[in-house]
Amino acid sequence: MHADPIGVLTGPHFIDGDHACSEGAIAAGCRFVAGYPITPSTEVVERIAERFPRVGGVFIQMEDEIASSIAIQGAVWGGKKAMTVTSGPGFSLMMEHIGYAAMTETPCVFVDVQRAGPSTGLPTMPAQGDMMQARWGSHGDYGIIALSPNSPQECFDLTIKAFNLAEQYRVPVMMMMDECVGHMIERVIIPAAEDIKIVPRRFYEGPKEEYRPYEPERDLVPLMVKVGKGYRMHITGLTHDEQGYPNMSVNTQGKLVRRLVDKLKVNAERIIEFKEDKVEGADVVVLTYGISSRTAIPAIEQARKEGLKVGHLRLVTVWPFPERRIAELAGCIKSFVVPELNFGQIALEVERCAGGKASVHLVPHAGGTVHQPKEIYSAIRKSLKG
Amino acid sequence: MSEELFEVEEGIPPNPVEEFLRMDRMPHIWCPGCGIGTTVNCFVRALDSSGLDLDKVAVVSGIGCTGRVAGYLRLDSFHTTHGRAIPFATGLKLANPELKVIVYSGDGDLTAIGGNHFIHAARRNVDMTVILLNNGIYGMTGGQVAPTTPISAIASTAPYGNFEENFNLPYMAESCGAVYVARWTSFHVRHVTKSIKEALAKKGFSFIEIVNPCPTLYSRRNKIGDGLDQMIYYRDNSEIRNGADTKTVGMDFQGKIVVGKFVDRERPTYDSAMMKYYQKKLGEDFVPSEEMRNSIHAEN
Ligand SMILES: Cc1ncc(C[n+]2csc(CCOP(=O)(O)OP(=O)(O)O)c2C)c(N)n1
Ligand code: SF4
Ligand SMILES: [Mg+2]
Repeated sequence: MHADPIGVLTGPHFIDGDHACSEGAIAAGCRFVAGYPITPSTEVVERIAERFPRVGGVFIQMEDEIASSIAIQGAVWGGKKAMTVTSGPGFSLMMEHIGYAAMTETPCVFVDVQRAGPSTGLPTMPAQGDMMQARWGSHGDYGIIALSPNSPQECFDLTIKAFNLAEQYRVPVMMMMDECVGHMIERVIIPAAEDIKIVPRRFYEGPKEEYRPYEPERDLVPLMVKVGKGYRMHITGLTHDEQGYPNMSVNTQGKLVRRLVDKLKVNAERIIEFKEDKVEGADVVVLTYGISSRTAIPAIEQARKEGLKVGHLRLVTVWPFPERRIAELAGCIKSFVVPELNFGQIALEVERCAGGKASVHLVPHAGGTVHQPKEIYSAIRKSLKG
Repeated sequence: MSEELFEVEEGIPPNPVEEFLRMDRMPHIWCPGCGIGTTVNCFVRALDSSGLDLDKVAVVSGIGCTGRVAGYLRLDSFHTTHGRAIPFATGLKLANPELKVIVYSGDGDLTAIGGNHFIHAARRNVDMTVILLNNGIYGMTGGQVAPTTPISAIASTAPYGNFEENFNLPYMAESCGAVYVARWTSFHVRHVTKSIKEALAKKGFSFIEIVNPCPTLYSRRNKIGDGLDQMIYYRDNSEIRNGADTKTVGMDFQGKIVVGKFVDRERPTYDSAMMKYYQKKLGEDFVPSEEMRNSIHAEN
């Protein structure tokens, strides 16, 4: 299926990442957005508010992020593709509903334009401090998908991908942007509608009496129905059986939670996307995501100029984590260098997957600005000494 | 070796509300003497006589004893998170305005943790019917104090009695913009049924408070008898005052309960206001969603 042309502004644009994200959502078929203003994400909903009445969408500015993050889920069951948009403090408020989306398998998109925290922190400045929160922020065990764009073009492309993945696997998908990418203005090419691939909702079409809302397909994902079609389903955040009924047994809990986690594990290779540059034969691999991938490039180039064998692995999908690839690389290289605008979130994952076979060197940053390439450069040098 | 005391009649007529319930989930979790089931009975009868297409009805609950209502109704039904039934229902309604959306939940759920959503949905006049069961307590979690607990009533987290002023919910609903506001007790089954039917027929944010006993936690701890004693109290102490000024209908511990239909007025609903406004401002450029267009056609 391809995009509905009504929402697609085909052609070249000169816009920032936030606006590109709005356009990506519209192109992806998103027709319901609920949000609450917060820097540096507000431009996303501002553009949506302007565009939606012209494309058959409904935007509502809710009373807070808690409301926004559950209103979108009501809209999804009502048949829409939906998203909410926020930054750190609002993302913190949304955590319970990320769990609700995971538990009820409600496909939806959460955009987090990260700013420096904790708390109110630096509202107008970038960070990458919410990466672990995106993965583990709600209570209990579950899986989510998180993507990390490094340019306005990717804010467009990956927002479409986020909606597609949400529908394919019925999970909340996080667009983990940051202030820098969100406010950076670059050329964004919006393709023709027929060149934009859209994953439609996976609807159940069998007999009504036989519909079991949580009976999984072979890929462990159950099929959905819309409210108002006579299926009379019950959806709950309580532990539930395949009929969707609350069931307080340890067995049901085990079966359900295992499936919620496993559906991302068994499909991980299809979900995970990363970009590699000269990692074969490298001694050191700089592993980046989001804006840090761009500050790393001058450092990598400098080191290469000096004869060092430096590869670059950029995560496009951060969650699920590319465990296999990292373990594989760890066996071939001496070290990983991981620049992050936090004090070590993804670096710990890299360390876990490397399993001691390659050393891992974090280039930490409290956020507020981006790394100086020379910090990354020195880390590359240092990592080869040890 | 029991001897049969009476003959069991073959072919007992089925309970008329059964077809609206998920009988495969019975027995329900509610305590003997709890009024929640009584209100469900009223709700189902109202729904039955409303003429609504049941396939287009959705019930949304929050969390609590009352929050379990959604799970027993054979309708599209959602058991959401604590306090958030209203914003979920808002999303559902705006996604598909052809649906009849009902929020059915407890006093703590809708007015403590969910209070902010309540006032904003009323202000926006989102088209939904909110049925709030007020037992003056957090039942599900063991009888803690709620924003609706009357002064001096004892609760597990107010062991010496409550000293906080409680909400007067009809007054709150009216001042925030609800178009229909009524209060009954679960003793008033016919009035409750009629009121729900009226609210379902109403466009906009309609609100029904049903004062309801929690014999297990509220009545027992306050030594005011069991469920039946509470029904007697409701019968003897409620006063029907339709059209009463909502300012005057606050409730005290075991005091008089003013019941009735207090507000019945018209205001544009959120979705119709949105449609009209954009039509005027954007003219041809305005593209309503298909569902929105259909729902307006259905109205005309
Ligand atoms: C975020 C959150 N906080 C607290 C709870 C625990 N909790 C469950 S039900 C409830 C109170 C319910 O009270 P009410 O809405 O009055 O319902 P009742 O049980 O009295 O019908 C609370 C505090 C929860 N489930 N979620
Ligand atoms: S605890 Fe109270 S409110 Fe809950 S089911 Fe029992 S009597 Fe009803
Ligand atoms: Mg209560």
